[in-house]
Amino acid sequence: MSLLVGLFFAIGTYLILTKSLLRIILGTSIISHGVHLLILTMGGLKTGGPPLLGLQDLPFTDALPQALILTAIVINFATTALFLVLSYRAYKVLGTDDTDQMRGNHDE
Amino acid sequence: MNNLIIMPIIIPLIAGMVMVIFRRNLKLHKILSLIALSGSGIIAVKLMGENKNDGIQTLHLGDWKPPFGVSMVADMFSSMMLLITSIVAVCCLLYAFRSIGEERESHYFYPLFLFLITGVNGSFITGDLFNLFVCFEVMLISSYVLISLGGTKVQLRESIKYVLTNIISSFLFLVAIAYIYAITGTLNFAHLSVRVAETGQSGLLTIISILLLVIFSLKAALFLFFWLPGSYSAPPTAVAAVFAALLTKVGIYAIFRLFTLVFYHEPKVTHLLIGILGAATMILGAIGAVAHWDIKNILAYNVIIGVGFIIAGLASFSIEGLTGSVYYMIHDIIVKALIFLLGGTIISLTGTGKLKDMSGLIRNHPYLGWMFFIAALSLAGIPPLSGFLGKVFITQGTFEAGYFWLGAIGLLTSLMALYSVIKIFMNCFWGETFLSEEMESGTTKGVMFPIACLSLLTILLGLGAEGISAYTQLAVQTLMNPEIYIQAVFGGETAP
Repeated sequence: MSLLVGLFFAIGTYLILTKSLLRIILGTSIISHGVHLLILTMGGLKTGGPPLLGLQDLPFTDALPQALILTAIVINFATTALFLVLSYRAYKVLGTDDTDQMRGNHDE
Repeated sequence: MNNLIIMPIIIPLIAGMVMVIFRRNLKLHKILSLIALSGSGIIAVKLMGENKNDGIQTLHLGDWKPPFGVSMVADMFSSMMLLITSIVAVCCLLYAFRSIGEERESHYFYPLFLFLITGVNGSFITGDLFNLFVCFEVMLISSYVLISLGGTKVQLRESIKYVLTNIISSFLFLVAIAYIYAITGTLNFAHLSVRVAETGQSGLLTIISILLLVIFSLKAALFLFFWLPGSYSAPPTAVAAVFAALLTKVGIYAIFRLFTLVFYHEPKVTHLLIGILGAATMILGAIGAVAHWDIKNILAYNVIIGVGFIIAGLASFSIEGLTGSVYYMIHDIIVKALIFLLGGTIISLTGTGKLKDMSGLIRNHPYLGWMFFIAALSLAGIPPLSGFLGKVFITQGTFEAGYFWLGAIGLLTSLMALYSVIKIFMNCFWGETFLSEEMESGTTKGVMFPIACLSLLTILLGLGAEGISAYTQLAVQTLMNPEIYIQAVFGGETAP
């Protein structure tokens, strides 16, 4: 699992460092998956039963990381959607999705 | 338990939602946003009173006992920040009424503004690391939209950089949360503090604290400020003023909270690093402020200098230093909003941000000129104004802690900051008047009132510093003694 997280981070970082805006967004999306898996790993992978009151004898899994991931996924969903729309608009207005050509001075 | 605490989050949030439903009714937007922000200001005053009489106020949501539920904690420091946030937000809102334009207004400007304040208020009163992340996101997502709202070329270009930087720092924040949860098994601030104190701050925890420092530095523009000058000069004036006044301060607040409450065991490592970052921030910011000849850029670099200076007080980690930081933070929020509004007004009058293309504005706009002068002096910390006391205490704190270099850099850079804003003053207001009133591209009508309010406030804060000293002392007392905070959250019971 940790190796997978590392792989996701590596791919994401590589994509963010490319020039195309769409790839950058995909890179952030992949890194976010890596982060979510990391939270899951850090909370301890599934070691027991569900944390329900009826099942008191079993050792149970910590449910908090799942809750955290769920929140993080929702937030990430919103930011990715916003970022996609923003980059589409930038592509329309600036006429390029290449971050190199986007550079310009302040006074145009 | 005190249900009042959550009001500063709920009021702007609900008001914003109502406005989204009635999107065509712009008059309702204006009135409702004004009421909501004033309301949260009044609640902040009430909270401050309760803090003074009864100590720290807490609220455990859903009555889940800490550390299992989400706690909201309002100590004196947070309540003061809430109050200042409301004041500055109301002033910027009044400015926005006149200057923001119908186009932006009808595209949800006011709801977004309120959501931004929701996030800021939430970050100030949360008592839980993950909840802090959520509130940061609420604030950041609104700021992404506010910065790109209007869709001019500059805005779009800058907002892409801004969004990408902040998304990456949010990921790092989640990584740090995951690590902290793995090591301590809790995310509640008070509980974290107890656990870290029990086990001692090991090397691993120190590394994580530095990871957190990096994250908050990105948001607070402490050393990692490469995104700031561009993105703060892109949006319209009222938005830029709110960003300059509040967004970086939220990052600073988070650094203060964590490094006084949780990670205070290794000041030789973490606080020294904070000091070095602060010094580097001040020097680089000052170089930027002196070098530029464009109003917006100069002011953006002044924000960076202010951040470095506030952080210098934390680095000293003494009562004087922290008192200075609290004073200076209040002052900085007000005066940064003021000077951004002034700068924006000048730009709207002359139609350009270039200092070399303007001169002699004082003939037609004497009040604007003198208020800019007051703001400039206040920024540099000239005695009767509000910046002075903070500067004295921070310098004293750094000297007493033995960081003479830090204090010296602070004083030196405030001179450079003074030079940079006086440069604006001389170029804009002195010299030959070649811009007659008919040729101006904008007007000061209606925007003078919020600016005058903020100017008055900076003078009053300077003259009446004695009056708020009781409050700041209480804030610093809590910051210096984590036990008070822990005691308040757990309500006398021992932490599990």
